[in-house]
Amino acid sequence: MEILVCVKRVPDTSENEIELNGAGNDIDRDDLVYSVNEWDNYAVEEALQIVDKVGGSVTVISVGDDESEEVLRREMAMGADKGILLSDDAFENVDGRGIATILKAAVEKGNYDLIFTGAQADDGAAQVGGMLAAMLDVPFASLVNTIEVNGDKLKIGREIEGGNQEMYEISLPCVLSIQTGINEPRYVGIRGIRKVASVEIPTLGAADLGLDAAAVGASAARVQRTDYFLPEMGDGAEILEGSTEEIIDKLVELLKAKGGLK
Amino acid sequence: MEPALLSPAAYKFLHIPTALFAFLIPLVGMCAFTYIMKRRIDPLLKAAPDNRFDRILARLWTVAKIWLAQWRQPRYMMAGVIHIFIFAGFLILSIRSTTLVIIGFWESFTFPGFSGTLGHVYNVFKDFAATWVLIACVVAAIRRGIFRPERYAVPAQYGKDHTGEAVFVLALISTLMISESLFEATLAAAQIQQLQPAEFVAPGTLAWLFRNMLIDEPIARLQSMHITAYFIHDLTFFFFLCFLPLGKHFHVITSLFNVFFMRLERGNVKPVKHGVSDDQLDDLESFGVKKFEDFTWKHMLDFYSCADCGRCSDNCPANAVKRPLSPRFISIKGRDYAFANYPLGGANVVKDEAYQLIGDIYSEDEIWSCTTCGACEQECPLGIEYIDKIVDLRRGMVDEGNVPQSLQKPLGALEKRGNPWGKMEKKRSEWVKEIAEEVPVKLFEKGATADTLYFVDSISSYDDRMQGIAQATARILSKAGIDFGILGKLEKDSGNEVRRFGEEMLFQDLKAQNTEAILEAGVKRIVTADPHAYNALRKDYENLPPVEHISELIRKEIESGRLPLTAANGDGKVYTYHDPCYLGRHNQLYEDPRRVLDAIPGLTRVEMSRSGDRSFCCGGGGLMLFYEPEEEQRMGVLRVDMAAKAGANVIVTACPFCLVNIEDAIKVAGLEGKMEAIDLCELVAQHLAA
Repeated sequence: MEILVCVKRVPDTSENEIELNGAGNDIDRDDLVYSVNEWDNYAVEEALQIVDKVGGSVTVISVGDDESEEVLRREMAMGADKGILLSDDAFENVDGRGIATILKAAVEKGNYDLIFTGAQADDGAAQVGGMLAAMLDVPFASLVNTIEVNGDKLKIGREIEGGNQEMYEISLPCVLSIQTGINEPRYVGIRGIRKVASVEIPTLGAADLGLDAAAVGASAARVQRTDYFLPEMGDGAEILEGSTEEIIDKLVELLKAKGGLK
Repeated sequence: MEPALLSPAAYKFLHIPTALFAFLIPLVGMCAFTYIMKRRIDPLLKAAPDNRFDRILARLWTVAKIWLAQWRQPRYMMAGVIHIFIFAGFLILSIRSTTLVIIGFWESFTFPGFSGTLGHVYNVFKDFAATWVLIACVVAAIRRGIFRPERYAVPAQYGKDHTGEAVFVLALISTLMISESLFEATLAAAQIQQLQPAEFVAPGTLAWLFRNMLIDEPIARLQSMHITAYFIHDLTFFFFLCFLPLGKHFHVITSLFNVFFMRLERGNVKPVKHGVSDDQLDDLESFGVKKFEDFTWKHMLDFYSCADCGRCSDNCPANAVKRPLSPRFISIKGRDYAFANYPLGGANVVKDEAYQLIGDIYSEDEIWSCTTCGACEQECPLGIEYIDKIVDLRRGMVDEGNVPQSLQKPLGALEKRGNPWGKMEKKRSEWVKEIAEEVPVKLFEKGATADTLYFVDSISSYDDRMQGIAQATARILSKAGIDFGILGKLEKDSGNEVRRFGEEMLFQDLKAQNTEAILEAGVKRIVTADPHAYNALRKDYENLPPVEHISELIRKEIESGRLPLTAANGDGKVYTYHDPCYLGRHNQLYEDPRRVLDAIPGLTRVEMSRSGDRSFCCGGGGLMLFYEPEEEQRMGVLRVDMAAKAGANVIVTACPFCLVNIEDAIKVAGLEGKMEAIDLCELVAQHLAA
C-alpha cells in the first residue's frame, strides 16, 4: 500500500512560552522552538505499522519553507521511505484551502492508496484533511483512532463525543485524519536523524505542481486572521482547603452539585 | 613392611587393577569437563569486545580482597560466614582432592614440597577443613531447606524454585568431605590395628571421628571401605566438576575470573562499543544490546557467575517497591538464554534478524525500572555488573525507537532546549534575580570572569522548589568569599541520566555544548550541588577543570574557619543524612556531608540502618522523574519510613532529586508536619553566621 502522510512544522506548544508580538497580530516567534505537529507523528507511526503488516511504502509531505525539511527528516528517521517538500514563495500565508490545493496537486503526481493528515495542527484549524478529500473526490473520515486493512477496504474506528466508539468501513483510496492515541509513536533521536541526513528530499514549487501562484497564494486566501490575543484569566478556580478528608468531602459534594457524580 | 591396606593403585577388584579405573575416571571426567567448558566459552567468543586486561595490579588487589578475602560476604553475616568456611575449605582441600585423584594410579605422588613436614602440617589443616566444610554444608542445607530465607524465593514469573539444586550441591560437597575423611580414617584404623606408624589425625575432626568408630573393624572390611571411599570421592569429584558449569555453581569456576575482570571504576558507563571513540559513533550500524551476542564477553561471564544468592535484588529499590525488575533475574535469564541457545548437545541456535532480547527474555518495563542507584553492584560478592547492561539494553531500545511516551517528551525537550521541561534557555538563570540584592552571581554568558564555576544543572535552575538549593549554594559560596559565576543560558543539562537512559547521541551533544561553554569560561574549578551533574562532569566528561561537590567545599571551608556556623541548639529536631546514590555509592562521598552536619553545634544526628554504601535510593533522578513505572509503592515512602524508624524527623540530603522524591514521599506517607526534608546547602545557609 502506498501511503502519503501530510505533516506540518509547528511551534512546539509544550516547549515554548507563547507570547504576543508587539503588533498583537501574531505570537512572538523569536526564541520559539519548532517540532512536528504532534498528531502527524501518530499518522506517520500508523502508516509505518500498516506498511509493516501489508507492505508498500510511506511518503511524508509538507507545505512550508526550507525549515520544514527538518520535520520531514524526523519523520523519515521514524521510517518513512520518502519525503517531499512543497515550497514556494507563493505559498506563504496561504489559508487551509490553499494548502489543500497545493497538496492535491502533489497527490495527483503520485499514486497513493491512502492519505493521512493529523486530526489537526497545533496552530491550525483542522480543515485541510476534509478539503483535500473533497478536492480529490475520495472518501474522508476524521478523528480516526483505529485502522484495520481489509483488502481494498479499511475498517476504521472513530472516537466520538462521550468516549463512544463508532466503526466504519471505507474504501480505498481515501483520506483519514488521525487522532492521537491511535498508537505509540516511536522515538526518534539525533542518531536517527543523522542517518537520513544525506537522503535527498525533492522540493516542488508552484510551477512543478502546475499551480497558478495567484490562485493559491496569500491573495487567494478566503479567510484571513484579523486578531490574536491571549484570553484573560478567568476566576473559575477554587482552591479547596482543610484536611485531606474534608477536601475529599467538599470535592465529592461539588461534583454532585454540578452533575459530575450521580 | 607391608602396607596396612592396599591402596587404590595396588588393589585388584575381580582381578582387575583398580588403578585402571582410577586412571579412566579422571580421563573421562576431564574430557567431559573440557567439552562442556568449550561449549560454555563459545558465546563469549561471539560477544562484543571489552578490554579488561588493563590495570593488572588493581585487578590482582581486587582478587585478593573480593575473591580471596571474601570481603563482601560478611555483609550478610550468617550466609557470609558459612560461605567463607566453605570457600576456605575448598581452597585448602583442592590440593588434597587433586592429590587423591592422582594417587589412584600413581601411588607415590605428592605435590612438590608436600612430602615432608609441610605435608603433615597440611594434613592436619585439611582434616579440620573437611570437618568445618561438612558442618557448614549441613547448616547451609538446614538454612536453605527449612528456614528458607526470603531472598532465595523465586517469584512465579521467573520460573521454578532453585532450592533443589542448592541442596543437591551441598549433598555433593558433603559426600566429598565424608569420602575423603573415610578414605583416610580407614587407613589410619588399619595402621593402628597393625601397630604401624599412623598418620596423625587431629582430634575432633571428621577423619578422627571415623577412625575411632572403625578402629575395631576387621581389616578386610576396612580395605573394602577404603577402596569404596576412594572411588566415591573420585566419581563425585568429577561429577561435581562437570556439574558446576550446568547451573548456579558455575561460580565455583568462574568467580576468580569474574572478580579479576570486574569493573574498577564506579559511576562511569561503558562506551557504546569498546574500541570505538565518541566521534566514530556515527559509523556504528547498531547501538546497544539487542541480541544476546551484543553483550560483552564480561557481561556473559557475569551471567555464568551469578550464584543466585539474591543479595542484589534484596538491595534493589526497584524490586523493593515491586517494579518489574529483580537484578538477580537479569543474570539468571541471561544465563538460561546462553544455556538454551548454546546447548551442550546440538548446534548453536541462530536467531533471525528481527529477534530482540527485549520482548523475549527481558521486558521493556523491567529495563526502564532501574534507577542506576548501584546498590546491586555494591553488594554482589562476585563483581557482577548491572548498570552497564541496563544502559546497553536501553541503548538498544532507543536505537529501535522503543522509548516510553513518558520519556519522549523530556528527551525531545532536552534536545531542543537543553532541559527536560522545555523551559526557555534564557530563564535558566532566573533564580538569581530573587537574591540579586544580597548575593551577586556573575553570569559567564554576559562575559564575566571568575575562578569558580557553579554548575547548577537543570532541576536547581528551573524547578521552583529546587531553586532554593541554587540560592543557598550561591549564598554559601559568596559567604566563603569565593569568586564564582554561572553559565546561565550557555549551560545545558549535564546529561547524566540522558546517557544512562540510553540516549548516547543526545548526551554527546549536551556534553559538547557544556564542555565548550565551560572551557570558554576559563575557570580553575567547578562546583556543583547536584550529584548527578557532579558524577557526569567527573565520569563522563573529559579535560574539564577539577570538579567538586558543594559538600566537599563546605567541609573544607568550615574546617579552615572561613565559614563559621551558628548553633542548632534547642531546635528539638533529630536529623538523619540520606546518602544520594550519585554522591555516595558512585563517588564515595560519605564523610564530607556528615562532617558538615556535625559541624553545626548542637545538631542531633542519627543514622538510618541503611546508610553509607547501603543507602536506599529515593526513587531516582533526572529522567526517572518523568518515567511512569508500574510499582506498588514509592521508593521515597520506604525511605521516609526508614528515617522515622531511626527516630529522625528531619531528612537531610545533598541532591535536588532526592529532595523532590523525599518531599513528595512525606506527603504521600501523610507525614507532613511530622517529618521534613531539607538539602544540606539549605541547612548550612540557614546556619551561616552573620
